[in-house]
Amino acid sequence: MIGLSHYLTVSAVVFVLGVLGIFLNRKNVIIILMSIELILLAVNINFVAFASHLGQVHGQIFAMFVLTVAAGEAAIGLAILVIYFRNRGTIAVDDSTMLKG
Amino acid sequence: MTTAIFSFYLFAFVLITSAVLVITSKNPVHSVLWLIVSFFNAGGLFILLGAEFLAMLLIIVYVGAVAVLFLFVVMMLDIDFDTLRKGFWKNLPLGLAVSGVILAEMVLAVGVWEPARVVAMGAQPGGPPAGMSNTQWIGAVLYTDYLLVFQAAGMVLLVALIGAIVLTHRTREGVRRQNIGAQIARTPGGSTRAVQPAIGGGVDLKGMDK
Repeated sequence: MIGLSHYLTVSAVVFVLGVLGIFLNRKNVIIILMSIELILLAVNINFVAFASHLGQVHGQIFAMFVLTVAAGEAAIGLAILVIYFRNRGTIAVDDSTMLKG
Repeated sequence: MTTAIFSFYLFAFVLITSAVLVITSKNPVHSVLWLIVSFFNAGGLFILLGAEFLAMLLIIVYVGAVAVLFLFVVMMLDIDFDTLRKGFWKNLPLGLAVSGVILAEMVLAVGVWEPARVVAMGAQPGGPPAGMSNTQWIGAVLYTDYLLVFQAAGMVLLVALIGAIVLTHRTREGVRRQNIGAQIARTPGGSTRAVQPAIGGGVDLKGMDK
């Protein structure tokens, strides 16, 4: 029997892998952005699993909005990455002290 | 029923494996490709949950747009990836500790929660009204109850679009563009010159291309 807890466990594992990815690739901002995508994917799995479990549609609709915001966030993040690379010639973000106010 | 169970474990296993490979690959291009694999398998999980529309949306938006955007950026920038990988093993113990704690907490919370354990997926009452597919159901609610939120989401996308263009746009030096106003404003007096060169003297072309 596949219940809600199976889906929640999978989503928890994917979420934690996203967090771990941010820890492991602290310099590489591209992988950090991908880890954020993984985290948002885990959130979406949670929403859809609960929507299916409760027999309601609202979770699916909210997952759609999460998807929208994730797409916008990826576009803006990559644009910032491109101008950062243009200015610095590298994308190592752990020493980005240029941005201090 | 056994097919559904088998599919769940297949999709879940491939999803988690590819997620591990996303964060551990040496080459970011491979990371993006594994990200695509994980999105496909998450789409499979969504189909098992009865959310076909979201599964298709996930594949179209993520694989078709976001992952390709990542690929473009990874391939466009000339980055030395080996130096970026420094600190991978140094950060591993702390990362494993923090993520292990988070995972243990979440799995414990799910494990002790009674409704999640005893009720099979889809056993609850509910689901789309009779004669409605999942897509119709989403549309019927999205365009009525969630209309304002839907438009706000469109606005978010518009702002992201404009923001990305504003951020990355630059005026390059030494690129010749058509200037229609200047073309129309040209007069014969400003662009031609009558000279009377001496025999064998030639014409000085300096300033002629103005």
